Amino acid sequence: MSNIHVTTTINGDETEYVCRPDESLLDVLRDRLGMSGTKEGCGTGDCGACSVTLDGRLVCSCLVMGAEVDGHKVETIEGMADGEDLHPLQQKFLEHAALQCGICTPGFLVAAQSLLERNLDPTETEVRYWLAGNLCRCTGYDKIVRAVLDTAKDMRKVAKKSSAKKTAKKGARHAA
Amino acid sequence: MPLDAKTSNDKKAFKSVGTSPIRPDGIDKVTGRARFGADMSAPGMLVGRILRSPHAHAKIKSIDTSKAEALPGVKAVITSADLPKYKDADEDILINIMARDRALYDGHTVAAVAAIDAAVAKKALKLIKVDYEIMPHVTDVDLAMLPNAPLVHPGRYDGMAENEHLALALQEQGKAKSKRKSTNIVSRYDFGHGDVKKGFKQADVIVEHEFTTEATHQGYIEPHACLANVSSDGSGELWVCTQGHFMVRDVCAALLGMDVSSLRVTPSEIGGGFGGKTTVFIEPVALALSRKAGRPVKVVMSREEVFRATGPTASSSIKVRLGAKKDGRFVAAEAVLKYQGGAFPGSPVEMGAMTAFACYDLANVKIVGYDVVTNRPKQAAYRAPGAPMSAFAVEGCVGELAEKLGMDPIELRKKNAAVEGTKSSYGPTFGPIGLVETLDAAKKHKNYKAKLGKNQGRGVASGFWFNFGGNTCVNINLNVDGTLALAVGTPDIGGSRASMCLMAAEELGIPYDDVRAIVADTSSLGYNDVTDGSRVTFASGLATINAARDCAAKLCKRAAQIWDIPADAVKWENGAAHPAGANAGDFPPLSIKELAGQAHSTGGPIAGHYEVNADGAGPSFATHVVDVEVDPETGATKVLRYLVVQDAGKAVHRAYVEGQFQGGAVQGIGWVLNEEYIYGEDGRLQNAGFLDYRIPVCSDVPMIDTVIVEVPNPGHPYGVRGVGETSIVPPLAAVANAVSAAIGVRATTLPMSPPRILEALKSKSA
Repeated sequence: MSNIHVTTTINGDETEYVCRPDESLLDVLRDRLGMSGTKEGCGTGDCGACSVTLDGRLVCSCLVMGAEVDGHKVETIEGMADGEDLHPLQQKFLEHAALQCGICTPGFLVAAQSLLERNLDPTETEVRYWLAGNLCRCTGYDKIVRAVLDTAKDMRKVAKKSSAKKTAKKGARHAA
Repeated sequence: MPLDAKTSNDKKAFKSVGTSPIRPDGIDKVTGRARFGADMSAPGMLVGRILRSPHAHAKIKSIDTSKAEALPGVKAVITSADLPKYKDADEDILINIMARDRALYDGHTVAAVAAIDAAVAKKALKLIKVDYEIMPHVTDVDLAMLPNAPLVHPGRYDGMAENEHLALALQEQGKAKSKRKSTNIVSRYDFGHGDVKKGFKQADVIVEHEFTTEATHQGYIEPHACLANVSSDGSGELWVCTQGHFMVRDVCAALLGMDVSSLRVTPSEIGGGFGGKTTVFIEPVALALSRKAGRPVKVVMSREEVFRATGPTASSSIKVRLGAKKDGRFVAAEAVLKYQGGAFPGSPVEMGAMTAFACYDLANVKIVGYDVVTNRPKQAAYRAPGAPMSAFAVEGCVGELAEKLGMDPIELRKKNAAVEGTKSSYGPTFGPIGLVETLDAAKKHKNYKAKLGKNQGRGVASGFWFNFGGNTCVNINLNVDGTLALAVGTPDIGGSRASMCLMAAEELGIPYDDVRAIVADTSSLGYNDVTDGSRVTFASGLATINAARDCAAKLCKRAAQIWDIPADAVKWENGAAHPAGANAGDFPPLSIKELAGQAHSTGGPIAGHYEVNADGAGPSFATHVVDVEVDPETGATKVLRYLVVQDAGKAVHRAYVEGQFQGGAVQGIGWVLNEEYIYGEDGRLQNAGFLDYRIPVCSDVPMIDTVIVEVPNPGHPYGVRGVGETSIVPPLAAVANAVSAAIGVRATTLPMSPPRILEALKSKSA
């Protein structure tokens, strides 16, 4: 079985690797690229610990082949914070004690980010169903759901302010 | 477990303790930087894979590994022939990690390979030829106790004591004495006091039921993983996700014939355990492979392997009889518990028996428990091992008694509740405990007053767990800038490093952020027992406080030296040394930072230590209240509201205490409604994956409301009680009582999956 050469973009960086045709994206990330932030809990797409986004779509990286992402864009937990600045979800997970052991946390964060990109005003039920593909055995989900709802609330405020600013700027320009 | 009250709670007003700061390992865990078991590698590392028995019970006639060994890229193949043979206490563990003459359950390890990559390792496993002779098997606890049951260990229990177990068991089940000498019943336990026969005669109402529960798995999301590296001089290193790296070191050294000092074990971050990582499975195998190959070997279990071949909890069959007067006072209680713990002795039936009636003040109580072996994986601890099943049975009967007597279920429990001074059903007399306080708080909570609709029901249950102390060793090293490096030896499974930092900060009067806690490896700290028994915040906390006091005493001595006054004329307060009184002299305080900065000129480094085998762990009681709605069309149960009220003694990190309450409750919801090990006629596990073994997901549950009750534990300087385990004791019963109330039929069989509920509804209408 000969290896396949892949060129892809991971967290904004162009990345090249070779992998076997039967190798999952999860194995490529962890074993070939040293990106062990993405976790394996089951290898069968049932636990969501290996969640990443592929061209903006939330997927289980254990169910994607490494060779499939050639020419596509992958985002992982390692790309979530902006340097020293945590993403608001990461900060809220810490403040709400939304993790105990922390093994499921990268998957939950990637999945929650994917939700908030689509819907910045989710109901509790919407959060619960969106995150139903991610298993957590420690927390009983309570603090995770609270952290996501709280982040959404803060991000809405920020979005409102920045759109108000934009409107104000536009208004100022018109006035001039 | 000892309940003797000795030390006083000498801290009343807290500054750090009782807050909820961000944990020291938090940023690593939200950015993906934290390194768990499978996240470590080493130069020249090989991949280890394990061959497992496909049979529930089979004689291993021969194993031919020659073809696998000849495959290019294979560096080592091992079988039981590569491990020493012991005939002592470790023998069961040794046989469990590598089958010797017989495979005892589906998934039992029979051989292992180390190869240059996963693909070669997988191929090599297929080339190993095992010649099995299939033997009769048994996986059900009641069937395993029958006189004609297939024997898991023929001949092993032929001794006197075992005959006695069987004779008593058969007698108690009303069957004729068996002529057969061997049995699958490996122990019998007996607890209680008073005269139950007399007690039942006084009863106005008697409730009696038989209950069964299925085996469940801890379901930690991180599969077992380790990286072993044994050098040609016989010394070795092991990186592993475990609840107890000192245990791993000692057991592996014993199994492999190594000196304890030649094995250094470093604990990784641990992705959940709940008791399931308190023993060894792959660790000795990885070490043996590395020793044979002369290279580092990483072994990571698949999820299927986790289900088939680690340590789920026991399944059980329980009979309870409970008698009360018309006014609700219990007059007699009796239970027979049968737990199967897999292919080796050690099911948690003894603890199930001890905890069964621990919530109540009973004049006449009798509990008998049987430990039974079957052809299933050797059970491991699972959060309050043994207690959720017996609580399910007992609290179910208490719930029915409340219905029959027309009493409020909380009032009925209060009427019979154990209090300080009650002689517990398992022997000791309770010190200060908080059961009544949890009942009162539950009754006051808004959830208890919420209106119920059609097909809805409310359930109440209480629960008890002993809690544990154990061997503990802590170091505190003072750094040159006055910050502290705190080294504990108990793996942090749910935020305990934050709690340790809070207690050290409290004791020394310094900011939380000035203390940084790590879990030290086995060569850097004295022996520590496993993270289990809800012991860490209690025992490592107690040791941290005392190590901080040791550190403060040394700091006072340095200040005394600087001031040229006697050491006992100096006291430690608010992060600084002060003259103890007017006679000591008039010196401005010396802060921890100032003393740390001068340490090298006042006598060298400053460090605090404490070593203890801690007793005085105060038991924790809880009361849960749950509302459910059952869909009569589908039999599906929806949890509408859930309340956990539990005694924490003193909550050190409030958010993580709540987290323990919530996590235990939801694991319990899974146990009662969905989760079960399903074995086929062939004795093989049929649902070894998260798709078919369904643990609760986010959309299955509501918010879990919590109330923290604080009845201080006199055995801890701040009053702390362990909280991790009690939270899973009541939910099985609480949900079952709610379902029973909703459908009008007593639910006695777990899990209460939709088909079972439909069946119960059908039997009701028939």
